[in-house]
Amino acid sequence: MNPGIPLEFYLILASAMFFTGVYGFLTRRNLITILMSVELILNSVNINFLAFNRYLFPGKLDGHFFSLFVIAVAAAEAAVAIAIIINIYRRFTTINVEDVNSLKY
Amino acid sequence: MEGKQIMFAIFAIVIVVFSIFTVTSRKILRAAVSLLMVLIATAGLYFMLNYQFLAAVQLTLYAGGIVVLIIFSILLTSQLDHKFEVVELKKTIFSALAALAGFIVVVTTILKHSFEADTAAATEVNMEVIGKSLLNTGSDGYVLPFEVISVLLVAAMIGAIVIAKKGSPVKEEKSNK
Repeated sequence: MNPGIPLEFYLILASAMFFTGVYGFLTRRNLITILMSVELILNSVNINFLAFNRYLFPGKLDGHFFSLFVIAVAAAEAAVAIAIIINIYRRFTTINVEDVNSLKY
Repeated sequence: MEGKQIMFAIFAIVIVVFSIFTVTSRKILRAAVSLLMVLIATAGLYFMLNYQFLAAVQLTLYAGGIVVLIIFSILLTSQLDHKFEVVELKKTIFSALAALAGFIVVVTTILKHSFEADTAAATEVNMEVIGKSLLNTGSDGYVLPFEVISVLLVAAMIGAIVIAKKGSPVKEEKSNK
């Protein structure tokens, strides 16, 4: 399956994507951009699942279904996160994490 | 064979360049569009791995759904011509160091370990197989996570509506004070 491209290439590409997401998560101060970094991280995990499934266990489908469920969880997470972000914006008129520094009172 | 490697190189370059652009761009809408490019290139990788169904899911759900949701919320919450201020140098350096250190550790671990590719015949991933495994209660079935994920989706949908809807007018007044 997939001659010419070793499994390591997929893994290195996915880890580059993962740590770019980590970098964005650490430096960004806007809630939406933080959410986008999280999407990058989840996406890189999906690549890993599928590459492992295809190269190491081609007779099974575990990685395939795992990444299907990860995509579903990511969609649910994005929906709830954006609802929270819009609520925060309504209350504080900003979505910068450093300006949102009070809880209920 | 040669074509596959070229395609992989193109997808890899697109993914790396646009991921970096996603986390460093100072205009938020551009960051969102580069995220879209990353997700589309990832769908291309899935096609290369012969998971057509998952690539289609990636295109419709990620590129079509989540990115549109993100762009909607950007339009609702930000001025488009607003530029983020440059991140402090100290923060940039330390975050880049943390990310780079993690990347080096992971890559050395990957390269040290020798993966033995399984040469067993690959099962064809067509819709019949996917549907049967998703609703199968046997040893290769995924009916439990399937049901859990559907409950999760309903909960997330209701939760998003409850969180994002406007509160009662009395509460709104209180919060305005």
